[in-house]
Amino acid sequence: MEALMAIVVGVLYASALYMMLRRSIVKLVIGLILLSNAANLLIFTAGGLRSGVPPLVPDGLSQPLGLIADPLTQALILTAIVISFGVLAFAVVLIHRAYEVVKQDDMDMMKDTDR
Amino acid sequence: MNLSVALPILIPLLAGAVSLVFWRSHFAQRWIGVFGTGALLWAAIVLLLQTWEEGIQVMHMGSWVGPFGIVLVSDLLGAIMVLLTGITGFATALYSLVAIPREHEKFGYYPLLHLLLAGVSGAFLTGDIFNLYVWFEVMLVASFALIILGGERAQMEGAIKYVTLNLFSSALFLSAIGLLYGITGTLNMADVAVKLGEVSGEEQGLVSVISILFLVAFGIKAAAFPLFFWLPASYHTPQVAVSAIFAGLLTKVGVYVLFRFYTLIFAHDTELTHTILLWMGMLTMLTGVLGAAAQFEFRRILSFHIISQIGYMILGLAIFTPLAIVGGVFYIMHHIIVKANLFLVSGLVYRLRGTYELKDLGGLYRSHPWLGLLFLIPALSLAGLPPLSGFFAKFVIIRAGIEAEQWLAVAVSLLVGLLTLYSMIKIWNEVFWKAAPAERTEEAPAYTHQGNSLLMYYLPIAALALMTVLIGVFAQPIYLLAEGSAAQLLAPAGYIEAVLGVQP
Repeated sequence: MEALMAIVVGVLYASALYMMLRRSIVKLVIGLILLSNAANLLIFTAGGLRSGVPPLVPDGLSQPLGLIADPLTQALILTAIVISFGVLAFAVVLIHRAYEVVKQDDMDMMKDTDR
Repeated sequence: MNLSVALPILIPLLAGAVSLVFWRSHFAQRWIGVFGTGALLWAAIVLLLQTWEEGIQVMHMGSWVGPFGIVLVSDLLGAIMVLLTGITGFATALYSLVAIPREHEKFGYYPLLHLLLAGVSGAFLTGDIFNLYVWFEVMLVASFALIILGGERAQMEGAIKYVTLNLFSSALFLSAIGLLYGITGTLNMADVAVKLGEVSGEEQGLVSVISILFLVAFGIKAAAFPLFFWLPASYHTPQVAVSAIFAGLLTKVGVYVLFRFYTLIFAHDTELTHTILLWMGMLTMLTGVLGAAAQFEFRRILSFHIISQIGYMILGLAIFTPLAIVGGVFYIMHHIIVKANLFLVSGLVYRLRGTYELKDLGGLYRSHPWLGLLFLIPALSLAGLPPLSGFFAKFVIIRAGIEAEQWLAVAVSLLVGLLTLYSMIKIWNEVFWKAAPAERTEEAPAYTHQGNSLLMYYLPIAALALMTVLIGVFAQPIYLLAEGSAAQLLAPAGYIEAVLGVQP
């Protein structure tokens, strides 16, 4: 399972970078979305994959029996998802405004500030 | 509960929330801005004094002890950085009273400013890596909105690059956090440092990979070579008060994290990381200063100089002797004040002449001799002329380089100092000394409605210039402060003991 997840994460990173290197700003944002998802899945995988062992403490005990799934990674990912949702929503509005102002969706036409 | 550690985060958050309540009253927002940042400055001074007298201050959020709960930690470096945040924030809030056009205030300039300061203070004070990521994002979201305030074409183009590269670096940061958590099973910085000391030989390779991932992520945030390209593309575009606080604080958050991580967490394999840091530092200095030499626009020159100055700080970390760390910390203190001040001066020049282009400027020394003086103080300090603050900062770093026999680094630092002087003299000649060009617009059209009150422009500029002089004159106590923080950085056991309550 870890090997499969590793491949999925790798493919996500690769396609994110590919999309970010395209000239269209819409594809740029798609790349950013893929990138944040790749990072989330990486945390999920690195925290260890275990199925069928919820992190619950049985009644009357002070600690769970045996190995359990790590709840912390899921909390981290949940936080990261919320943050990336907000930030990417901003990015979408930004490219919309930029398109209205610059009248281009081509990154190569946005070089005024680099000179 | 040690509330004074949390106050520098709570005050700006609260001030931001209160200014949101007064959404329609810009008058109230302006003064909440001044008093909120003033309170932040006061809290930062209290925190620094407390940290200086009683040692590292720790606050366990919700009384969950580390490493399980999130801790806020204030060691001397963190407290110094928060104090600098307070100083820059307060100066910017005063300056914003006159420099932010009224039509921009209604888009929430002041709430965003407070949010930015809260994010920056949070990043300086947290003792948890994931929490650091969250504060970084708070800071970034506020900065994204501030950088496009005004909505001009250049701002949009700059913002796209700024947003993209910063989000990319955040994603790298997050990936590195995931891998680090996979190895150590903890995110508390002190606990990570302990656990990384115990990893087995075969996992050392993975630790090196993670440390390089963090290096790239924070290299982007700190605008180090070769990852700095977003900075000169965007920092000259926003409102000048926004430029000033970005230039003073944001890249330094990246530098601060580099100092924190590469003394506390990744200090086991300094051979690899600190060699990379050394080359990064030298090349950052050189490319930054050469980039500046090629520019002829006030704020673009200053933006490139941010990069070259970042190089000195990274160099201080890379040499990694006690004296070099002292130099790095001293340099950060000097640089934040000077750089913010130079941007404030450029804003006043724009207010007087309506342009940032050097070729359209001139004759300001004849009409505003005091402004010329107030420019020269930070400019010469940036170049490192005695007795100003920059001289001592450069002196300590170069002395450390000589003692560590890093001759190349010493040569580069001296050369870059000279080229910085060249850039500053170029601005001086073009803006202040040469005769004014024949036809020029007297007033910046956007700013005329602010009336003629220049006093509020001069006040923060003069205060920061005075601070630059004082850091130079009273270099000894400031040096002692930097020395104290360097001693804490180089003895991570103290930090770990304060956070976890056990001897590592």
